[in-house]
Amino acid sequence: MTTSKRIVLTFPKKNIDKPIVYHLIKDYNLIFNILKASINPAEEGIMVLELTGEESDIKKGLDYLKKEGVNVQPLSKDIVVNWDKCTQCGACVAVCPVGALYVKDKKTMEIGFDADKCIACELCVLPCPPRAIEVKF
Amino acid sequence: MVKTLQEINEKIKKGQAVIVTKEELLDLIEKKGIERVAKEVDVVTTATFGPMCSSSAYINTGHTRPKIKLGGGKATLNGVPVYTGFAAVDICIGATAMPEDDPRNKIHPGEFNYGGGHVIEELAAGKDVALEAYAYGTDCYPRRELKTWINIKDVNEAVLFNFRNAYQNYNVAVNLSNKTIYTYLGMLKPNLGNAYYCSAGQLSPLLNDPFYQTIGVGTKIFLGGGIGYVAWHGTQHNPSAPRGENGLPKRPSGTLAVIGDLKQMNPKWLKGVSFTGYGASLMVGIGIPIPVLSEEILKHLAVKDSEIFAPVVDYSEAYPQGKSDVLEEVNYAQLKSGQIKVKGKDVPTSALSSYKKAVEIAGILRDWIKKGDFTLTEPVAKLPDAESGYKVKPLNERPIK
Repeated sequence: MTTSKRIVLTFPKKNIDKPIVYHLIKDYNLIFNILKASINPAEEGIMVLELTGEESDIKKGLDYLKKEGVNVQPLSKDIVVNWDKCTQCGACVAVCPVGALYVKDKKTMEIGFDADKCIACELCVLPCPPRAIEVKF
Repeated sequence: MVKTLQEINEKIKKGQAVIVTKEELLDLIEKKGIERVAKEVDVVTTATFGPMCSSSAYINTGHTRPKIKLGGGKATLNGVPVYTGFAAVDICIGATAMPEDDPRNKIHPGEFNYGGGHVIEELAAGKDVALEAYAYGTDCYPRRELKTWINIKDVNEAVLFNFRNAYQNYNVAVNLSNKTIYTYLGMLKPNLGNAYYCSAGQLSPLLNDPFYQTIGVGTKIFLGGGIGYVAWHGTQHNPSAPRGENGLPKRPSGTLAVIGDLKQMNPKWLKGVSFTGYGASLMVGIGIPIPVLSEEILKHLAVKDSEIFAPVVDYSEAYPQGKSDVLEEVNYAQLKSGQIKVKGKDVPTSALSSYKKAVEIAGILRDWIKKGDFTLTEPVAKLPDAESGYKVKPLNERPIK
């Protein structure tokens, strides 16, 4: 069954110049969309991917990554809304490109966060006036 | 049908008054009609929760041994400079003040993570705040240096004094240029990429009392979680703004200066905030009860989002250059729908004012009044109204040569 999964990959220093992600296409039949790629100050590579393919292939692909020493984490854990800090103003809503931050109810104007839709683009972080949106990698 | 404030207050003390929030009022009017509701309802609570930059807190720290004169010296609270142009131990912290070493927007666009508003929030939360001060020393106040933790519980007075709050309507900001811009109305994407509005709309106090018939100097209010009062009209008060047929201003209009004891306020309703690329500020929660003294007053209270219009203004060129061009007029129902049409384009909208929190405040204020110990006050002085000719003016620049 074809499915999509968003993951955060952390490549240890020794692996950053080794082609690994390409094998996901070649050997595991997966389509991937690179949502974010960067090298952090500790010289680790960080990549946010959306993988699409057969569920069994995705599992095999992730096992391959783990075997290659890549740390794999599901994306939904990484953008966190601190609801205590949130002022429910809605400043984040028009900035979110995928509608993960949205108005739950047009009458109450309560703000909601759908972690499954979130692509961790981080566009919402700075427009949030009380800085209630935290990125955890 | 005319009621007096005294009658209503008597009913409140006896627990017999009918008090509803603005939202509850709209439901009642739909069911029973204005005439009946005007007779049955005594008080309607209105509210707002949004960023209000001209907010401050003044504090009397109490004297040290030996004594120090902060007045005319330099002082900071948690690194944020406070104004020391007063007597020996009176200081004033402004919502948008920032630490001297904050890079501001030298590193584009600028995060402005900490400022006076955050300090005010922390004080209200009962947290210890670091006071660092340098004085020039006098015979009567010989001390020159002070580094101490202070806490709101220990200081003499800590007073929230916000000299421009509760704007009666405001602009809707868009960006016509092809570069992202950062403003006090949010991060605006290029080419009408998004729009920000900032008002509680139908819940907003002054939009429910458009001619300032019940709200005036001395009106008792919910301020930052505690009790406050309207102290004066706010800066840039503009009762002469153009109004629609229903009397509602179609441009930013009236403002309030409010005051209250910070010691009985709550950080839930006073939040330090950061506007990327713009600066730091304070979000303030205000609730104002409006007595239904007549059917006319109830008609004003019946206003809905769809009847309140706000001007869409370009913040890339028109606003900064002081041009009064307005692209469209849109109502708050359209704004809250999530999308408006500007120059034929569909533009997604977002708010900066929290409607949800405003609804909460209206509910809390309603409950306070129901308890019987919060009675309404009659203004001791009216706010300048449209008839007075009072209006906001730009600065007439006269360069000094």
